[in-house]
Amino acid sequence: MTDSTASAPKPSSSVKLVLLGEAAVGKSSLVLRFVNNDFQPNKEPTIGAAFLTQKCQLPSRTIKFEIWDTAGQERFASLAPMYYRNAQSALVVYDMTKPSSLVKAKHWVAELQRQASPGIVIALVGNKLDLCDDDDPEDEAQDGENAEGHEEEAVRKVSTAEAKAYAEEESLLFYETSAKTGHNVSEVFTAIANAIPETSLKGPRTGAGGGTQAAISGGQDTSRVNLNARGADGAAKEGCAC
Amino acid sequence: MEEIAPSYDVVVLGTGLTECILSGVLSVKGQKVLHMDRNDHYGGEAASVNLETLFKQYDNFAPGTEPWKKYGRPNDWNIDLVPKLLMSNGELTNILVSTDVTRYIEFKQIAGSYVQQGQGPRATVAKVPSDASEALRSPLMGIFEKRRAKNFLQWVGNFDEANPSTHNGMNLSQATMKQVYDKYGLEASTRDFIGHSMALYPTDDYIDKKGQAKDCVERIRLYVNSMARYGKSPYIYPLYGLGELPQGFARLSAIYGGTYMLNTTIDEVKFDGSGKVEGIRATMKERGEAGEGMKFETKCKKILADPSYFPDKVKVTGHLVKAICILNHPIDKTDNSDSVQLIIPQSQVGRKHALVSSTHNVCPKGYYIAIVSTISESPANHHLELQPGLERLGKIEEQFMGAPIPIYEPLQSGEQDGVFLSRSYDASSHFETMTDDVRDIYRRAEGEELVVKGLKEGEGLVGGE
Ligand SMILES: Cc1cc2nc3c(=O)[nH]c(=O)nc-3n(C[C@H](O)[C@H](O)[C@H](O)COP(=O)(O)OP(=O)(O)OC[C@H]3O[C@@H](n4cnc5c(N)ncnc54)[C@H](O)[C@@H]3O)c2cc1C
Ligand SMILES: Nc1nc2c(ncn2[C@@H]2O[C@H](COP(=O)(O)OP(=O)(O)O)[C@@H](O)[C@H]2O)c(=O)[nH]1
Ligand SMILES: [Mg+2]
Repeated sequence: MTDSTASAPKPSSSVKLVLLGEAAVGKSSLVLRFVNNDFQPNKEPTIGAAFLTQKCQLPSRTIKFEIWDTAGQERFASLAPMYYRNAQSALVVYDMTKPSSLVKAKHWVAELQRQASPGIVIALVGNKLDLCDDDDPEDEAQDGENAEGHEEEAVRKVSTAEAKAYAEEESLLFYETSAKTGHNVSEVFTAIANAIPETSLKGPRTGAGGGTQAAISGGQDTSRVNLNARGADGAAKEGCAC
Repeated sequence: MEEIAPSYDVVVLGTGLTECILSGVLSVKGQKVLHMDRNDHYGGEAASVNLETLFKQYDNFAPGTEPWKKYGRPNDWNIDLVPKLLMSNGELTNILVSTDVTRYIEFKQIAGSYVQQGQGPRATVAKVPSDASEALRSPLMGIFEKRRAKNFLQWVGNFDEANPSTHNGMNLSQATMKQVYDKYGLEASTRDFIGHSMALYPTDDYIDKKGQAKDCVERIRLYVNSMARYGKSPYIYPLYGLGELPQGFARLSAIYGGTYMLNTTIDEVKFDGSGKVEGIRATMKERGEAGEGMKFETKCKKILADPSYFPDKVKVTGHLVKAICILNHPIDKTDNSDSVQLIIPQSQVGRKHALVSSTHNVCPKGYYIAIVSTISESPANHHLELQPGLERLGKIEEQFMGAPIPIYEPLQSGEQDGVFLSRSYDASSHFETMTDDVRDIYRRAEGEELVVKGLKEGEGLVGGE
């Protein structure tokens, strides 16, 4: 579904996606898997790359995700509100081997419901499926068949049923993933792309968060300014750089 | 979980704009930065707050009542505590562009820049002419004065330090501005709006200062060039309020490895035998969190901080008074502009309004936020000093006015003890003095000039995409 080859012109829209969740649940790893199809065990926090884009081709349109990673500001509960401002979608991630991370995830869902734009699409994602044994008492469909147990023995501590029930209650999309094996990762993003209401898509976003900065938005709002068009006359500029 | 490192190059205290810019710059340059704030939010004095917070902060409502409820969702309000606008050609704009923080923040123009002439019912309010041709159409001046002002602005526009033929026979580094005004035969009222609403001087002291002419001409040029940039006014303003600025630079710092901790109080700053800072002891505790919180200690070579963290190391240089007002209409005689700056030059003190509205996503539709501010000459009856400004606003729905706010500056440069302090935000209506302070602190702390151009190039780091 993530497709870099040129295709017939389809309507294309940019969508701001933010990642939320406790430190070390695998947020950055999920993005790395989605964007570069790569995984780095025990990776150091990446520096200078907290803003990535990836296209998602749907049958009728192209969604370009502008993915904001936390830049580690969640570590000491210091994420800035600007981070989730205007987000059209969010991945709220927990680690299936760590029950406290689901508690934290619920906190973030509540925060988004309080602060974010009303139409935001939220996906609850249980990550590190590869570490879980097949013996989840409440879960019959197992996907972690080639969990290798490189890391020390960890077992599932959050059942699928529990997380799923919560997700349904709050109308969240729900997936269990492994950034390590890639299981379900692109599926999460595709599901989000599909769930974004057509009405909230405004064509390539030219606003902040875009690969380039705000030009005159939608051609109507002439008071918006593009600071990056230095020397130029501030005329509208194509908003997406990739 | 994540641990605090045993040592950092720099500890930054306070997440005001000055501190966040410095934190971002130092992180980009590869220094290991720990950035803390005692508050549970970013921005310190430079934050934008919601309406409920504002009511509570000023404590101006009857207990048990919830007056903010009639103004829609509190979170639709982002009310600046410091009334300032960005000059579109100013230094802060340069820093935003060269650090790519423009990725996170959208800007809009302020619709107009106005000045008041005269007082009381006979006062006129008019657009500040920004170039020679606007001067010719301005109602602020009579027909002959218009021509003189046009000549003056043309000269300013063409002025080039390096080219003596543009100097019109004057040496600006020696001249007073009075000599320059005299040369162009400008009337007192014209000098008034040029000095206060274009050069943006808070008082008339600049007129007779020897050598001040150069500074004044540079300020007018900054105004004119900023105006020329987007057309409506020389000012731009971030959507969702000024509080976005410190958050944007904090994000920059974090992306380049800076560690952020809000809700953290500093228990002790440790100095070595020679009196130089060597570390800190602090406690992080979220609001409502049970227990003692997380206590920690770390070493550092330097501390950068806002004045509130070192009250013994700063002095008061003046006071600012301001009133934050909520209106449900634009200001009279400003062409229904949704956002304006209006300057009332007075004999000695300029009173300023900054008005912003729902078009900047700082309040719900139909409302306007107006901030009236001035330097307080006599803190005793400061409410009187704002009166001419408040009168200009017309009907006011809510008004928030506190005690005069002290303006601090550091007593020492910081080279002795390794503690480098910023200044408070001054009364100026833009950020030029704040960016001067950023440069000054950088120079003191790092022993070199801050070069912002191409800051992120050659760092070997790519910002995604
Ligand atoms: C209480 C208080 C209120 C103030 N209110 C205002 C105000 O209403 N409007 C206002 O514009 N300033 C205001 N200021 C800042 C003040 O204008 C400047 O500090 C002063 O006017 C600069 O004069 P100076 O020659 O002493 O220069 P210094 O402060 O020594 O200036 C050094 C250099 O900094 C630059 N610079 C300083 N201030 C400015 C500025 N404001 N704009 C552009 N460049 C600048 C100049 O290029 C100058 O060459 C206020 C300061 C204080 C303490
Ligand atoms: N086994 C396993 N480890 C993972 C998975 N996702 C992330 N990790 C590891 O968990 C640690 C934290 O991941 P990171 O992406 O930095 O988490 P973040 O703090 O939420 O961004 C790293 O050591 C990753 O290698 C996964 O799906 N399976
Ligand atoms: Mg991460």
